[in-house]
Amino acid sequence: MGKSPTTKDDAQALFHSLRSAYSATPTNLKIIDLYVVFAVFTALIQVVYMAVVGSFPFNSFLSGVLSCVGTAVLAVCLRIQVNKENKEFKDLPPERAFADFVLCNLVLHLVIMNFLG
Amino acid sequence: MLSGRRLFTVALTLSAGVACSNDLENSYIFDGRSNRKILFRSQFIEFDQLIEFGMAMKVGIVVVLLAVASICEAVAIFHPISESHRSAALELFSPVAGSFSSLEEAYEALRTFEVLGIEKKPDIKDHTCNSVVDALSSMSSNSRDLYHALRVNGLLKCKTSKEALTGIISRLKDAVKDSTSLLDYYHAIGGLLLIKDQSSEVDVLLENADGILRSIKALSQSDGRWRYSSNNPESSTYAAGLAFETLSGVIQLAASAIDENLIGTLKKDIVKLFDSIEKYDDGSYYFDDKHIDVSGHQGPLSATAAVVRGLTTFASTSESLNIPEDKILGLARFFLGIGVPGNSKDLYYQIDSLSHLENNRVSVPLVLSLPATVLSLTSKDKLKVKVSTVLGSIAPPLSVKLMQVFSSGSKDASVLKQELHFDPKEAIHMLDALPEGVDIGKYVFAFEIVLSDPEDKRKFATGGRTKVPVHVTGVVKVDDAKVAVLEGDIVESEKKLDLPGKNDLALSANHLQKLHLSFLLTTPFGKPFKPHQALLKLRHETGVEHIFVVENSGRHFEITLDFLGLVEKFFYLSGQYDIELTVGDAVMENSFLQPLGSIELDLPKAPEKATQPPPQAVNPYLRYGPKAEIAHIFRAPEKRPPQEVSFAFLGLVLVPFLAFLVGLLRLGVNLKNFPTSTIPATFAILFHGGIAAVLLLYVLFWLKLDLFTTLKTLGLIGTFLMFVGHRTLSHLASASAKLKSA
Repeated sequence: MGKSPTTKDDAQALFHSLRSAYSATPTNLKIIDLYVVFAVFTALIQVVYMAVVGSFPFNSFLSGVLSCVGTAVLAVCLRIQVNKENKEFKDLPPERAFADFVLCNLVLHLVIMNFLG
Repeated sequence: MLSGRRLFTVALTLSAGVACSNDLENSYIFDGRSNRKILFRSQFIEFDQLIEFGMAMKVGIVVVLLAVASICEAVAIFHPISESHRSAALELFSPVAGSFSSLEEAYEALRTFEVLGIEKKPDIKDHTCNSVVDALSSMSSNSRDLYHALRVNGLLKCKTSKEALTGIISRLKDAVKDSTSLLDYYHAIGGLLLIKDQSSEVDVLLENADGILRSIKALSQSDGRWRYSSNNPESSTYAAGLAFETLSGVIQLAASAIDENLIGTLKKDIVKLFDSIEKYDDGSYYFDDKHIDVSGHQGPLSATAAVVRGLTTFASTSESLNIPEDKILGLARFFLGIGVPGNSKDLYYQIDSLSHLENNRVSVPLVLSLPATVLSLTSKDKLKVKVSTVLGSIAPPLSVKLMQVFSSGSKDASVLKQELHFDPKEAIHMLDALPEGVDIGKYVFAFEIVLSDPEDKRKFATGGRTKVPVHVTGVVKVDDAKVAVLEGDIVESEKKLDLPGKNDLALSANHLQKLHLSFLLTTPFGKPFKPHQALLKLRHETGVEHIFVVENSGRHFEITLDFLGLVEKFFYLSGQYDIELTVGDAVMENSFLQPLGSIELDLPKAPEKATQPPPQAVNPYLRYGPKAEIAHIFRAPEKRPPQEVSFAFLGLVLVPFLAFLVGLLRLGVNLKNFPTSTIPATFAILFHGGIAAVLLLYVLFWLKLDLFTTLKTLGLIGTFLMFVGHRTLSHLASASAKLKSA
């Protein structure tokens, strides 16, 4: 009764299915995802700023961007380790993963603060 | 020291031609190192340098004598001993730390002071007397030391005991008996002779005087020279001088009369030595030694001094010694010709020899000198002549006659026979007016000394006719000076010049025209005058110079610069040329080097292959002078963005954070898992507080702390955080495990 499904319909169907699947994830994972998105956006805004005003001082730019990227990476690691569906980390308690996350972030930010200048 | 006027004279004689030869100018300089007069060819001296030299009046110790080519006779001036010798003696003979280094040196210094009339300082006397007494009383002194000590004693008259002297006499007499070499004889005989002069009742007479004379004579050679000892074949004139002195000493100390024939042969030996005398062109005679003698001295000065000493002491013992008086005069001229020597030994030789010549029994040389050899017609200088002995003492009554005046370039001159009038106050012979016809120029005046007392003719050596170079200077009139620019033969512009005054011309010419300069030069007597230099110089603004000689015909000097022919010489450089005229001569008192102004030359353009003008010398002050200052440019600070942009982006960066917080709320975060019971709650709070503290520390680190304090504090907080975190998280873990199992 209608035409053959167009790519637009396919994209929309894909998007809906992804959305419904995503809503099934547990909340703590969603929090982590949100955190990652926040970090990436901050990095993007910094890159745009650099594009506008020039790369002086370059070390500050690098430290800013790398702090966002680094913390996003660590959050992703945390998500992997905390995810109950991940068979590899079954025996790792999530608190331990969280402690690692906190420690690594603190070290990262020490280095970032030093490089910030 | 030499006066400035005399130095100017010296400068003039340096540059002036000589009476007989007009081509080369020869002069002699006394070289202190080799004790010889060496020939000095004076170069063409720039006239402005000459004026500067005369004006600078710097004092030197070189005395230049004028010499002539061999055709003509000697023309020179010799000056007797003067104040400059006295001051030189004081300078050269200054003792080190109050005493002299050896008795020989002490004797040289004291003898020089005595001859020149310089007072001895009393402390030197004491010091030296001590050394003398030591030497005389010591048993280890040989005859040489005794000789020197006795010589000094003779001058200082130290207090010596009679016993010491008697002891020495026996030692010296033994030394005479045992002597084998000339120096042994010399010292021993000399010592005995000195003792004879210094103390009255001593017996110093020699028994075997004949034998001693013969043994000394055995050392003589056929050419007049003497050997030092029989086994040493070396011979020298210096040794001959020592031998004569020793022989005269023996004759004086002889106990019995000596064989006359022996003395006659000795006199012949002395005369034979004079065959080897050498001569300089200016009339001075000297003896030269080709070998270094025993005491290490070589050269004509020591040899001639030794011969003069020996000769005069021998002449004082016996009457007729047949030496021609011109040779004695020549020896005196040799010593005077040195001027003021540079070292103490040479000064001693000079002064000692001259004092022997002053009072010798053969003939006493008389020196004719002119205090000033440059006479100015403008200031009406009178011709002054001084006749004295070599040491500057008054001569016997005599008259000086000006016999002839030769002008430069001619050998013949009128015979004048004008007697100079004697001024007894100043002891100078003067001529009130110069002979007629003596205009400015270079002359040679021939004088003759005539002794008033005919007896004096045998005693004094006057040297016949003495020729002296004299310069007569005056103001040269420059008349009728004009400069003109000619077009063909027609005069375009003509200007009168005021020479030698200031002029400021501003001419212009092109390459088809000519520049003509003319003037007249006349001497004070109205005769034509040809100066040594009459030069016209054109200097371009870039520094390239061209010099032209102004020719003359009689009185009239003129030069025509035809620019058509000179275009290539001028390197095709057009522009402003400064004109300078130089007219100068040694006898011209108003020589001048005047800038006349400038001429603007318009020359055609240079063709392709024209020669380039020579590069001008770089002014060394510019080349090595300070360079331009470099200001350091600091790194310009980077451009910073305007503050509004930065603040805008600061706001933008915070937007994701706000979005994060909003998203968290949307997701429904809660604090349900926060522990409620006290202890875990405290730990939880401390855990979060610890993290906050670390973040705060990081902010402080960025603001003002350094890494080390940060790390220290971080370490402290970190350990605390670890502990607290561990407790909290393990509590949470156990709580969730309980929940799972439940």
